[in-house]
Amino acid sequence: MKKILIIFSHPKLEKSRANRTLIEHIRGKDQVTIHDLYEEYPDFHIDVPREQKLLEEHDIIIWHHPFYWYSCPPLMKQWIDMVLEFNWAYGPKGKALHNKICLNAITTGGSKEVYCSAGYNSFTVEQFLRPFEQTSNLCGMTYFPPFAVMGTHSISDDVLHNYKISYGKLIDLLQTGLSLQDFKKLSFINDIPQLKTS
Amino acid sequence: MTGSLLFMAIVFLAGAIICVSIAKRLGLSSVIGYLLAGILIGPYVLGFIGEEGDDILHFAEFGVVMMLFLIGLEIDPKNFWNMRKTIIGMGGIQVGGTMLLSFLLFSLLGFDWEVTLVISMAIALSSTAIAMQTIKEKGLMPTTFGTSAFSILLFQDIIVIFMIGAMPLLANTGNTTEANNHNTSANLMDSLPLGLQTLAIISSVAVIIVLGRFIIVPMLRKVAKTGVRELLIAAAFLIVFGISFIMELVGLSPALGAFLGGVVLSNSEFKHELESTLEPFKNLLLGLFFMAVGASINFIVIAKSPLTIGGLLLAIILLKALVLYITAQVFKLKLDQKLLLTFSLAQVGEFAFVLLSFAFSLHILEQEQMDIMLVITALSMALTPIISILNERVILPKVGTKQSIKRPMDHIAKSHKIILVGFGHFGSTVGRFLRSHGIEATILDQDSNRVDFLRKMGFEVYYGDATRIDLLESAGIAEAKIIIVATNKINVSKAISKIVKDKYPHVEMVIRTKNRYDAYELLNLGHENIYRESLETSLALASEVLHKIGFRKYTLKRQVKNFIKYDETSLRRLAKTSKRGDDYIFKARKELQEQEELLGADFKRGIVDFDKHWDSEHIRKALENSNTKM
Repeated sequence: MKKILIIFSHPKLEKSRANRTLIEHIRGKDQVTIHDLYEEYPDFHIDVPREQKLLEEHDIIIWHHPFYWYSCPPLMKQWIDMVLEFNWAYGPKGKALHNKICLNAITTGGSKEVYCSAGYNSFTVEQFLRPFEQTSNLCGMTYFPPFAVMGTHSISDDVLHNYKISYGKLIDLLQTGLSLQDFKKLSFINDIPQLKTS
Repeated sequence: MTGSLLFMAIVFLAGAIICVSIAKRLGLSSVIGYLLAGILIGPYVLGFIGEEGDDILHFAEFGVVMMLFLIGLEIDPKNFWNMRKTIIGMGGIQVGGTMLLSFLLFSLLGFDWEVTLVISMAIALSSTAIAMQTIKEKGLMPTTFGTSAFSILLFQDIIVIFMIGAMPLLANTGNTTEANNHNTSANLMDSLPLGLQTLAIISSVAVIIVLGRFIIVPMLRKVAKTGVRELLIAAAFLIVFGISFIMELVGLSPALGAFLGGVVLSNSEFKHELESTLEPFKNLLLGLFFMAVGASINFIVIAKSPLTIGGLLLAIILLKALVLYITAQVFKLKLDQKLLLTFSLAQVGEFAFVLLSFAFSLHILEQEQMDIMLVITALSMALTPIISILNERVILPKVGTKQSIKRPMDHIAKSHKIILVGFGHFGSTVGRFLRSHGIEATILDQDSNRVDFLRKMGFEVYYGDATRIDLLESAGIAEAKIIIVATNKINVSKAISKIVKDKYPHVEMVIRTKNRYDAYELLNLGHENIYRESLETSLALASEVLHKIGFRKYTLKRQVKNFIKYDETSLRRLAKTSKRGDDYIFKARKELQEQEELLGADFKRGIVDFDKHWDSEHIRKALENSNTKM
């Protein structure tokens, strides 16, 4: 069974219905480490060796965060800046993360419809996530399409419940082993047949 | 041989050192140690001191004078003026009530009315030396009890002047002139009628105020300019001696004059200098005074009529205690404060020595009456610390904790009970921040004024000594989740943490310490959550300085974090090797040595031991290297 590290960033979790629901649903799963960055480093002073050790101990990295201003919260960017060091994560000797799997799990306030060339956000989520995709590539990791809970400003508790169930299922599937072939160029990992809720 | 000055000095000093260290080790007040030393070296046990004990007593009264001067220094004239009602009110009730009751008591015993009046006056006065020394030693001066006791004593200091003045009126007119020659403190006032005496008193107070403002302060400035330290010590003594001399000249109590002098100087820039100069002398002289009291206890008189003396002693103490309790009741003190006041002032004081011997010289008292009263006075002074211990250890734990006002707590406060010990500058900031999050801590504090105020603000507050398990229990330690120890007294933190760890191990402790040495002690007791008040603030200041000379703020912020982490690690390492114990002489050297070690280690770390984040130079170098290889 593969070990999953969830790098979770939310500056005000107590006010986020969606993220609380998701994170509480998967808390306590076997071989899953939830690493809450804003709890661990409220002063942005990240313990780099500790983070690198954590990464080395896991096979799958999930960057779980709200999609603020088409990107991640600042502490997660700080984490990327500090932890993914030259000659450790990338560079001629940087092979620590090679062959690990990486993906974003995000929540967006706007619905799927507004994230397209015709919508008011102009670009797709996939396009906005390019920097994360490339970060992952540069570190030699396999980047999976994102898990996205979209339209959190308007979705009902029932819909959120469904998202939560599929997030749990996704974790289980990842642990038993998913490969890129399973996605067939899907924009969202939510859309694989195994996660379809009837 | 016993007359030699050197020998006397040796006897007194050795007696003090041995007895006081034993008393302190047993957790008793130093006053008991001194009294015991006095009894030991006095004429009836070891016999090192004979008749000269009385002279020493007279000389040592200077300790009381200095103490009042020092107390005066701590009192702002404005506060003094605010205290006038308490001084006159409490003092009046206490002196009047005690005199009335003891007059009745001794009249019933069949004494003449003159004798009875003299004895009543002597009994009404308490011992400033013993009471104030104990109050200061326990740090209770800022409490309601402290100010009440002080007000009463100050009133007695004033009233004693009139008592001495009235004494010759009690004697047979024929003896007065002769008696005046006997009077040791012959002064200008005895011949004046009471009205003029009052005028003289008021004008001498004015003289002191003028002296302080226009002569003493300019003199001190000149002395300070010379830069010769011992001159300042000399000046401090000159002030106290000078004031005492003027006071004795007009027949006022030197202690009262010294107090006023202190108040006048309390706003001057020399306040702290004078304090630190006189403090050690005051303590030694007071010690000498207590020893002289101990030595003056006449065991032969006691042996002659033990029952009479025992009975009278008990009756007088009870009588004084009763009046004090009523006084406190009238002024609405809290029960525990009332009890403290009752027991701390129930003795007959050093003024009784003066009054009684004066009355004897005026032939009002007979030799036997005076001897008995002197013994009772000395015994009652010696008993005070013992009664106080009984009060603190037996009576107080049963009262005083029940006076808390329960306040409905909101949900969070109920399920996450937090106790906050100490609500000074540090604790109050902690409490305010908690409160701004809707968390109401239960507060324990030793300052009853502050307790009243906090209760008015709606806090759940308990007054008292938080090292008492029953107080912690009534504050709800059993249901508490966390206890915050925000006092800066390491002994208190240690005591509390020990109790909590032994009896309520589920309660988390968060402890404030003053410095790393206090932190060592707590670490070695197995506590982890220790917050040194000297750490983060000094680093914030230092990084501000570095910023002002060009360092970038964020880099400094990260360096501060690194420094704290490094310092916490070294703290834990050094705590294991640091076995400081109680030996104060080696403490300072040891601390210096450690400071050196820390600085050395800092130096080895280098000026900036920094990481490579957001710094591309090493990447450039590494890429260059790999390019040349290819």
